[in-house]
Amino acid sequence: MLSYTLKRLALAIPTLLIVITISFFLMRVAPGGPFDGERQLPPEIEANLKAAYHLDEPLPMQYLRYMGNLLQGDFGPSFKYKDFSVTELIVQGFPVSLELGFWAILLALAIGLPLGVIAALKRNSSIDYLVMSIALGGIAVPNFVIAPLLALVFGVLLAWLPAGGWNGGAWQNMLLPVIALSIQQIAYIARMMRASMIEILSSHFIRTARAKGLSESEVIWRHAMRPAMLPVVSYLGPAIAGIITGSVVIEQIFGIPGIGRYFVQGALNRDYTLVMGTVVFYGALIVLLNLIVDLLYSVLDPQIRYDD
Amino acid sequence: MKLNRLFSSTLLSLALGATMLSTAQAATLRINNAAEPGSLDPHKGRNMWDSRIQRELFDRLVDYGPDGRLVPGLASSWDISEDGMTYTFHLRDAQWSDGTPITAHDAAFSLHRLLRPEIANQNANLYYAIVNAPAVNAGRAAPETLGVHVLDDRTLEITLNQPTAYFLQSMAMSEAAPLPEHYLKAQGDNWIKPDQTVVSGPFRLTQWQPQAQVVLEKNPRFYDADAVKLDEVIFYPIDDDNGALNRFRAGSIDISYSGVASARYEWVKENLPDALRSGPLVGEYFYMFSLRDGTPLADKRIREALNLATRREVITEQILGMGQQPSYWLVPRVTSGGAKGKMAFADEDMTARMTRARQLMKDAGYGPGNPLTLTLRYNTSEDHKKIAVALAAMWKPLGVNVQMLNSEAAVHYAAIDQGDFEIARYGMIATVNDPFDFLGAYTTDGSAGNSTGYHNADYDALIERSTHELDPDKRAALITQAQQLLLDDYALLPLYDYVTNYLVSPKVKGWQSTPMDVHPLRYISIEE
Repeated sequence: MLSYTLKRLALAIPTLLIVITISFFLMRVAPGGPFDGERQLPPEIEANLKAAYHLDEPLPMQYLRYMGNLLQGDFGPSFKYKDFSVTELIVQGFPVSLELGFWAILLALAIGLPLGVIAALKRNSSIDYLVMSIALGGIAVPNFVIAPLLALVFGVLLAWLPAGGWNGGAWQNMLLPVIALSIQQIAYIARMMRASMIEILSSHFIRTARAKGLSESEVIWRHAMRPAMLPVVSYLGPAIAGIITGSVVIEQIFGIPGIGRYFVQGALNRDYTLVMGTVVFYGALIVLLNLIVDLLYSVLDPQIRYDD
Repeated sequence: MKLNRLFSSTLLSLALGATMLSTAQAATLRINNAAEPGSLDPHKGRNMWDSRIQRELFDRLVDYGPDGRLVPGLASSWDISEDGMTYTFHLRDAQWSDGTPITAHDAAFSLHRLLRPEIANQNANLYYAIVNAPAVNAGRAAPETLGVHVLDDRTLEITLNQPTAYFLQSMAMSEAAPLPEHYLKAQGDNWIKPDQTVVSGPFRLTQWQPQAQVVLEKNPRFYDADAVKLDEVIFYPIDDDNGALNRFRAGSIDISYSGVASARYEWVKENLPDALRSGPLVGEYFYMFSLRDGTPLADKRIREALNLATRREVITEQILGMGQQPSYWLVPRVTSGGAKGKMAFADEDMTARMTRARQLMKDAGYGPGNPLTLTLRYNTSEDHKKIAVALAAMWKPLGVNVQMLNSEAAVHYAAIDQGDFEIARYGMIATVNDPFDFLGAYTTDGSAGNSTGYHNADYDALIERSTHELDPDKRAALITQAQQLLLDDYALLPLYDYVTNYLVSPKVKGWQSTPMDVHPLRYISIEE
């Protein structure tokens, strides 16, 4: 298993290199540059700006310069947030997104898994229909609708919780964004868990377990639960990467200082270094989480072994 | 690590609690600054939300008063030579926040730094009137050759290449603020640091968490500190208009500098009448025409027809309805400097206008039977889209088919820069409160002149003369004459003068709407 892990990690390096290279050139192919704004710049000032950020050099040269700096762990200065380096922005923003994402995932699992199991056990009952229609609603209603609604109802009209802001991560400020972030995940997880549980419950080994005379709860908890969670776990890898790297919608609506907005804003502003920094970071995170998921498989399913 | 985090967050909450206790009586103003500042270094920011904070940290020789008029700042007075070429600033007795005296050396250091090419300041051209400034900024001359001289510790002399009417306005901009030479020399270019940065203004920087908040605290060493009523100011970068409105309604911000979204404007007017503060802004919303050879709009008749057929009141009243003024000119009416003039048809009724517009199109060879297809570009925004759709509908009767091309801002402005458009939405908000800021763009070398290909030698000459004319009345006449040429050429499609619509809690006192959108915090207080 150790050598498998090392092999996967070694494979991650060329993967990331390809991701970085493609992103670097894709970003530059996009029309418009970081200094195209409402106020047009005189040519001499544009020249100064380009020189200051080495944008006047040929593209391959810029690429080599970027890769060289990257190898030394330097993501470069942000074009838009000039008082911070990209590293500083990620270092300050990531813990916020991570904390928010952690609670959102936890909440999603704590509600989604039991809901899915209950729906599967009471298949085709009114409880099943209720749970599944709620889940369908959760998937269908986008979070840019849910989030402002939560802020309006609980933040403004009832005034139970702050309508936005981070306030150093106080739980009151975190509650609404966590709920808004998790609603869709709850829905996905519940649906996935239900489908997979239904499939497992009709398999041979469950029939055998029942035939042995085990109680229903023992059948479910000891035998069905673990394999039924496999699809959820494989979904969780990329989902966690997505959630802990922040959501631009949630961050913007609630005014949360995470890194989610850097993806979108960075791309819109042509903040090349910021986009590259987030891409590298996100890429590395996905590779890592996928590896963890694959390792978890062998824990959950004895048929999967990573021998050499 | 988890434990560590928990520990540090407990510490943080304790510290927060302690601060809250100790500042129980402190006056704190909470401002939504509408976006995350790009930089708090006065030479590196370029947006309203940058300078809104920079101005509080770094005072300028020439300052804005509570109503936006120019008043003495770190310079208690100044003399302008008869020929308008030499400005002598007399600095007042003031200190940096670390106790070091603020001298003319700091002011000179800042102007030198501002024009250094590697600083790449985006407004540097507003200082090109200073002797040798263009050469210094292009890296062709040493900063020492700049026409900026320290006569003694408290006297700064600036010599210009030519008299420049708006030069004093430039000196009020955040870029022109003296900077602490001793501190920058020790820190290098990465000198903006909470609790350390040495400042001259009414407030100092105590905290900056990107995308969360910038916190300023009263600077006790500010020269007029006794008059400053606020103890602490928090700037939140809320870039979601509705999020800002929610937080304002919940009472967690006192001033919101996000505009009120047009869809919410009526609601706000109805429900928050005491808080809605509207006023004119030195800014113009218009469409550029590409006048290059071979493009349909090189034909003046078509440009005139499109202008004639545009019902500006429909846009300002029915589409936006937020107090915008229909405009038939480029220089917003609130701009100082006395620019007058308007498109000739401005007061005619719509029937007469449409008849003439149709005739012009017919003369140009187009009509409903033989339509002209034009591409209209706009950048992504709900309001821009609504206006573009309305224009297309207004021009339809002339036999103009409009193809709309929407793109995100970076693509849109790059296309304009390269002259890759027929009709393109544009907006200009003044950096200095002077007609030149708008009209200069349409000179042959100006940014709009470059993009649109507009060229009128008489216009260029008038603008050039107006820049050097120091007599206000004569200058106003020249400016008006120049603008009239531009309008008679129908070189653009003006739509309206901008307004600002901000939310200001009735608890906030001393806040005024100003044309340049400056609201110095030293004149503002808050009642509990």
